[in-house]
Amino acid sequence: MTEGIGARVLRKEDKRFLMGKGRYTDDIVEPNQAYAAFVRSPHAHAEVKGIDASAAEAMDGVVAVLNGEQLTGDGIGNIICGWGVTQKDGSGMNMGAWSALATSKVRYVGDAVAVVIADSIEQARNAAEAVEVDYKILPAVAQSMKALTNDAPEIHDNAPGNVVFDWEIGDLAPTDAALAGAAYITEMDITNNRLAPNPMEPRSAVATYNDAEEHYTLYTTSQNPHVARLVLSAFYQVAPEHKLRVIAPDVGGGFGSKIYIYPEEITCLWASMKTNRSVKWTSDRTEAFLTDAHGRDHVSTAKIGFDKDHKIVGLKVNTKANIGAYMSLFSSAVPTYLYATLLSGQYNIANIYCDVQAVYTNTVPVDAYRGAGRPEACFLVERIMETAAREMGVSPVELRRKNFVTSFPHQTPVIMAYDSGDFATNQDQALKAADYDGFEARRTEAASRGKLRGIGFSNYIEACGIAPSAAVGSLGAGVGLWESAEVRVNPVGTIEVLTGSHSHGQGHETTFTQIVAERFGLPTENIQIVHGDTDKVQFGMGTYGSRSGAVGMSAIFKALDKVEAKVKKIAAHVLEASEDDIVIEGGEVKVAGTDKLMGWHEVGLAAYTGHNLPEGMEPGLKETSFYDPTNFTFPAGCYICEVEVDPETGVTDIVQFVASDDFGTIINPMIVEGQVHGGIAQGIGQAMLENVVYDDDAQQLSASYMDYAMPRADDLPNYSVHHASTECPGNPLGMKGCGEAGAIGSPPAVINAITDAIGNNDLSMPATSAKVWAAIQAASAKQAAE
Amino acid sequence: MYETKYHKASSVADAVSLIGESDDGKLLSGGQTLLPTMKARLAAPSDLVDISGIANMHGIKVSGSTVTIGAATTHAEVARNADLQAACGSVACLAAGIGDAAVRHLGTIGGSVANNDPAADYPAALLALGATITTNTREIAAGDFFVGLFETALSDDEVIVSVSFDAPSKAAYAKFPNPASRYAMVGVFAAQTANGARVAVTGAGSDGVYRQSDMEAALDSDWAASALAGVQVGSEGLLSDMHADAVYRANLVKVMAGRAVAGCA
Ligand SMILES: Cc1cc2nc3c(=O)[nH]c(=O)nc-3n(C[C@H](O)[C@H](O)[C@H](O)COP(=O)(O)OP(=O)(O)OC[C@H]3O[C@@H](n4cnc5c(N)ncnc54)[C@H](O)[C@@H]3O)c2cc1C
Repeated sequence: MTEGIGARVLRKEDKRFLMGKGRYTDDIVEPNQAYAAFVRSPHAHAEVKGIDASAAEAMDGVVAVLNGEQLTGDGIGNIICGWGVTQKDGSGMNMGAWSALATSKVRYVGDAVAVVIADSIEQARNAAEAVEVDYKILPAVAQSMKALTNDAPEIHDNAPGNVVFDWEIGDLAPTDAALAGAAYITEMDITNNRLAPNPMEPRSAVATYNDAEEHYTLYTTSQNPHVARLVLSAFYQVAPEHKLRVIAPDVGGGFGSKIYIYPEEITCLWASMKTNRSVKWTSDRTEAFLTDAHGRDHVSTAKIGFDKDHKIVGLKVNTKANIGAYMSLFSSAVPTYLYATLLSGQYNIANIYCDVQAVYTNTVPVDAYRGAGRPEACFLVERIMETAAREMGVSPVELRRKNFVTSFPHQTPVIMAYDSGDFATNQDQALKAADYDGFEARRTEAASRGKLRGIGFSNYIEACGIAPSAAVGSLGAGVGLWESAEVRVNPVGTIEVLTGSHSHGQGHETTFTQIVAERFGLPTENIQIVHGDTDKVQFGMGTYGSRSGAVGMSAIFKALDKVEAKVKKIAAHVLEASEDDIVIEGGEVKVAGTDKLMGWHEVGLAAYTGHNLPEGMEPGLKETSFYDPTNFTFPAGCYICEVEVDPETGVTDIVQFVASDDFGTIINPMIVEGQVHGGIAQGIGQAMLENVVYDDDAQQLSASYMDYAMPRADDLPNYSVHHASTECPGNPLGMKGCGEAGAIGSPPAVINAITDAIGNNDLSMPATSAKVWAAIQAASAKQAAE
Repeated sequence: MYETKYHKASSVADAVSLIGESDDGKLLSGGQTLLPTMKARLAAPSDLVDISGIANMHGIKVSGSTVTIGAATTHAEVARNADLQAACGSVACLAAGIGDAAVRHLGTIGGSVANNDPAADYPAALLALGATITTNTREIAAGDFFVGLFETALSDDEVIVSVSFDAPSKAAYAKFPNPASRYAMVGVFAAQTANGARVAVTGAGSDGVYRQSDMEAALDSDWAASALAGVQVGSEGLLSDMHADAVYRANLVKVMAGRAVAGCA
């Protein structure tokens, strides 16, 4: 079977992308379409005293200028957070209201106060500039630590001290006791820098209200169109679900930023009803920096203790999580259940305690970004493990190995129960691929060229396949996190698979067909994947958290089980054989051990003609499954980074990057390698280049590519990607997920390598040449002083 | 972008009159600075006078040791011109390191010089080489031309027609790119000219491009990278921003100067 599980099938979707025939939201043109331009606050924090739109309204082509008073007056609800976190004291979150168009107050630069609808985009933009907003400027704060100080401005009335919530996990007293009895202690301050997601396609929406049918259609850049419809209906009261169709056509990358339902989409739908016009909005790159949910932005302190044999006895962490100006959809889950539950890393740690203060600031809301909480956990654990090894004078490789979890299932003290893994094998494979034994010789050789060579490790574990619905429900999630699939076998035997997952770069149209091809021995060209349209797919939770394989494909697998069972019944009936003797292979349905068979298409035809079906069987061949996972899945691996630093300039060259991942079953190795490459690229971006910077007035200084450094091809090494898989026992395909691992595992490997090279462990991300050089200076100054 | 009127000038005189007639017009050369600025709605010229099609503003002429480059010559043309490569390879090499291929095939030396971005590459070369900037009305020495950040000696509506300089006996440009924009975070052009050693620095100075005279003196007595070892580069007067503080830039000035001298051909 050349196109089944494990085959490097070329991506089916690439033909239309390479031919320029992808159809993205901005490509949608509705008759009589108008354009939206938002009037955005230039201030990070201000009272809105008044809005004068008279000049704008009088301008050419202007259809309407709409504001927040009108929006809330029409009953459009405030933007929700989909996960309620319970505080230490048992109370709920101190969540401030977020209206799609701000009314009395703006809380970050880019907060929208009004929208202009006009015949052309230029007319809309010109008029938006002519809207006069009377602001009373208030002091602003961008950093979480500053927002927690006594003299910080208060951003929401109902969040005293800017604390959204104060949350904890694990047991404090036993952890303190374990640390008190430790033979060795390592303590560190660890910052996880703020990132802008930067998908290649900016966000976009085209909303159309049909007044005859009181029906809305929204084309939008979404990773989860059904969730968007649900939230738009149930919470924002735009329209009931059966009167709202959401279509997410081709979407050019999301990385989490297209999970959420933003003010712009809500406003376009409402404005379409108000003006009885189709309304289009497409973000430009500056707007994207100003409004797409950012990622990370943690400031933590961590303390780890070891016994005299270097076994970990306890880990205690405090984290300040910058939430931004408002709570975005999953913003509460990211620094809590998606973060602190992974603080056990790959290690046996009996005692863990973590508390997290989530903090409002006058910045863009922060939410899930490729990895979502797990990169922050991995960075913390793997930085402190490496640092502890250095402080204790032991090998970082051996220290990790000594503390590996080796038997499964393994219950950590922070909720997660690891189901499978073989951390030592991944480590061995990575060490071998990296020629670890030859490192010292390479270091010496580099020194002869005046270069500082270093090596760094990261043994990451993460949780994917979010998630068992009942479990996440008990932790505060507002939705279940199952996935649905429908397999339609047509009368001629071709197959359409309708999935609630959404592909925006992951290659679902290829991998999903492969499991169908595998099952029935059909060519993938006979199989079509349908996704992204609420009128076609009944329901789905969408794509994020590397869940489309472990959850989305499992749903398809379950639906295929049902199709297979019905096919066997029909064939047994027609061929007058026992159902148990029917086998399906190579596109034929056969009676085992005989020459009796039906072509696959003949079974399809039999199902639809209904001429000769078993007694009582309904005609047709279409099956549905809603698959709810039983556990998270736990991809894990070992990443090794080797760098050379130019001590004169601090320029760091990644000379080797090795990944050994355990993703469970791999459907298409080519696509998986692509995901790993892209993930590591983003991880290296975070580690060395990318950084959202705010000034003291909470103005974003890095809101264009002149200052926000995206990784380019020549910043990145060749990757050496390997797999050593253990099957995941939690789902029928044995899959764990691969979409985020690269971004999760790589940053600590990079920083561990650079700090090893320069002999100074005090280095924050992004480790730019300027910072690396300064760290080298500091190290030599210290050495000179000693 | 705000609405604007586009004109295509057929000659320098035509350009001068078109721009003179306009309300608040701007010359458009390669558009690689002006158009992004307009798209970001940070500039709103009433008229654009496109000079990129003016024939005698194009091309590179090397006669004897004198190099003349038409103001509308693109970076790509400068980078690949064989005569220039032979006479003064360092300038061709500098042009090859500007922006990306698309920028190099549209952006021009005249536009770059007129814009005088403190992180642009050409100003370092022209200052070090003691170049002459020829406009429709006069000749301006590079030393007088680059006045400050985005400021030049050009008066309103003055058109740069060409840039000329004497090929140095040795020269090289060492650029340390900004990780995001890839403009120069620090760029040093070192040259051995008829008037002595010249070291011009771009990307670092808070008033734009400048000459590092202490390095020039050191190189005049000994043209070798090692001669720079004793020169202390202070951080006063250097730029500090989110990418690099003045102290780091000062270090880069020294390191890049050394590399430029070592790389001289
Ligand atoms: C992505 C990107 C990367 C870049 N990287 C670099 C880099 O690494 N190094 C670097 O040096 N530059 C870089 N640039 C800038 C590039 O070199 C521009 O081409 C140059 O700065 C301006 O030249 P232009 O021909 O495009 O001028 P335009 O954009 O057309 O004009 C710029 C200004 O000069 C004026 N002007 C143009 N021609 C004349 C003239 N003949 N006489 C008088 N005034 C004139 C215009 O009126 C305008 O004010 C980059 C640009 C981009 C977009």
